[in-house]
Amino acid sequence: MISFETLYAAPPDLLRHAPVLLVAGPLIGACAAALAPSSRWAWMISVGATIFALWMALGVIGEVARKGVLDYYLGGFAPPAGIAFRIDGLGATMALLIAFMGAAVSLYSGHSLRAEVRHEKQTLFQSGFLLCQAGMLGLVSTGDAFNAFVFLEISSIGTYALVALGSRRDRRALPAAFTYLVMGTIGATFFVIGVGFLYAATGTLNMEDLALRLTPLSESRVVQAGFAFIFVGLGLKAAMFPLHGWLPGAYTFAPTAIAAFLSATATKAAIYLMARFAFTVFESDDAFVQGFLFWALAPLAAVAAIVCSLQAAFEKDVRRILAFSSVAQAGYILLGLAVGTVLGVSAGLLHLLAHALMKGALFMAVGAATLAVNARTLTDFAGAGRDAPWTMAAFTMAAASLMGMPLTLGFLSKWRLIEAALAQNQVWIVAVIAVSSLLALVYVSRMFEAVFLRAPAQGAPRVKEAPVGVLVPLLILAGLSIWLGIDASLPEALADAGARALFGVSP
Amino acid sequence: MSLLTHVNYFAVVLLMVAGLYIVFSSGNLVRRMIGLALFQTSTGLFYISLAKVAGGTAPIRVEPDSETARELSSRVDPGYAAQYAIDGVVYSNPLPHVLILTAIVVGVATLAVGLAIAARVREAYGTLDAGEIADADRKAGRGPVP
Repeated sequence: MISFETLYAAPPDLLRHAPVLLVAGPLIGACAAALAPSSRWAWMISVGATIFALWMALGVIGEVARKGVLDYYLGGFAPPAGIAFRIDGLGATMALLIAFMGAAVSLYSGHSLRAEVRHEKQTLFQSGFLLCQAGMLGLVSTGDAFNAFVFLEISSIGTYALVALGSRRDRRALPAAFTYLVMGTIGATFFVIGVGFLYAATGTLNMEDLALRLTPLSESRVVQAGFAFIFVGLGLKAAMFPLHGWLPGAYTFAPTAIAAFLSATATKAAIYLMARFAFTVFESDDAFVQGFLFWALAPLAAVAAIVCSLQAAFEKDVRRILAFSSVAQAGYILLGLAVGTVLGVSAGLLHLLAHALMKGALFMAVGAATLAVNARTLTDFAGAGRDAPWTMAAFTMAAASLMGMPLTLGFLSKWRLIEAALAQNQVWIVAVIAVSSLLALVYVSRMFEAVFLRAPAQGAPRVKEAPVGVLVPLLILAGLSIWLGIDASLPEALADAGARALFGVSP
Repeated sequence: MSLLTHVNYFAVVLLMVAGLYIVFSSGNLVRRMIGLALFQTSTGLFYISLAKVAGGTAPIRVEPDSETARELSSRVDPGYAAQYAIDGVVYSNPLPHVLILTAIVVGVATLAVGLAIAARVREAYGTLDAGEIADADRKAGRGPVP
């Protein structure tokens, strides 16, 4: 296991408050960016705040590696009266992912915004982006169920506005953002109703306290209804099949920086919360949770992995292909959770990390190629391999990970998933992964065919190579998809730490 | 367990399904936002109903042994008071009120963003009707937003 201590050195005072600074940094940055005199300033604030958050996330993960769990009482008030942040292995892993993707997307947005967002909206874009990141970081840090709702909505409200900003290029971003807002709000409200049921049954909102008090109550109808509401609500936020209707539109028409950030983090944060409720708040060996995992989550995840891959294979718009693929890949992650063992959850989390890296890189690559011309369909991308070799090299690396080619992180996570399924004698999961991977091969090959083999139409606008400022974060993400597939000790350590923390197993 | 003791929960469910029905049945974006607001408001009523403690007064501390405290404690059964009272007075639970205050703020923010997007939709499409928006996209030779 990689020692996280080596990753990090900071003044002890800063380190002590790292859990809250992690969230406060981007939040303060959001206010500062909104007041910034120019879009350039706003961008620099955004880069600064996200890098600060990344620094704090590394600090948190170092502390978690040392102590196991970080408890931080806001204002010094201990629970049950106060609100507590509680970061364990899983929370720290998610925080690192969100902070890292935030920094990468923030760097990328410096150039991409100029092409995609109206000039006077660019400062507000950065503000919304930081708000969204702060919300997600809070979501993975908090130890309070209602607090989780508030953070979920802070990040979502930022997201709705950001998706709508895609309207400069295509007015369809507006109805897409509206649909997303309606579905997201219904999801969040379902979550609140569920939390209300749990509160009615237990009288507490602290997740640890909830877990203790729910143990004797697992037969209670109130608790089961609460569980159902929470999972439908989070399913909407996580775009779990068949509640994913809002996702393709939102990802297709949002500015590419936002598509990259959301596909890498937003649905993942909802999946995190789902895992938190299924395994920490409720008990994973509880008959009701077992039934839910086996009869609801596993079949839906399997259908998502196959049906949405099939839809992706028939799409013509490149970003819609990637969006449908996102729903399908979320299916893999949920399949890992549905296996319900440490091995399965660890495989699911590994795929979560892998998918975040590759889908972030893919949306960025598509965005980078379309800075000069608004290319959308496969035909528009014809010949892009020759016109934008570096961008498309990154695209190829990330797409290889997406279809699970050996020596990529995507391959490794699928392999772990198959191992975990076989350990539980769930052979059908292996079949689902095989079929879905074949379909992924189909839609990735269609993109490769257009990019590398097809000649561009006469007189059609040509894709151009992206500037260096865009290529650097893009190549880092794409390179990581490959490099971490060869030396996987870091993502595996993170995924294992996350899964162990969920099940309360010591390393 | 009767209709009367649970009347607020029935109201919650009624508001909730009415709100959801408006969201999905109405084609007008502003009406959809109204439905959504109704749906969110129903959770407010739900939490406030949870907070009510039978015989409890508003959760504002009453001076012990004062006139008000004596009057309030005379209203509740002594056995019940022994279990739930603080200095002889039974209070309702203040926490859900605070939670719902936060949820209301979240709801207002969502409503504001939603209406702002609806206004932008009207600028871009010249209509607020979801069907007409989909038609306009189809006519432009592009697929509608699913």
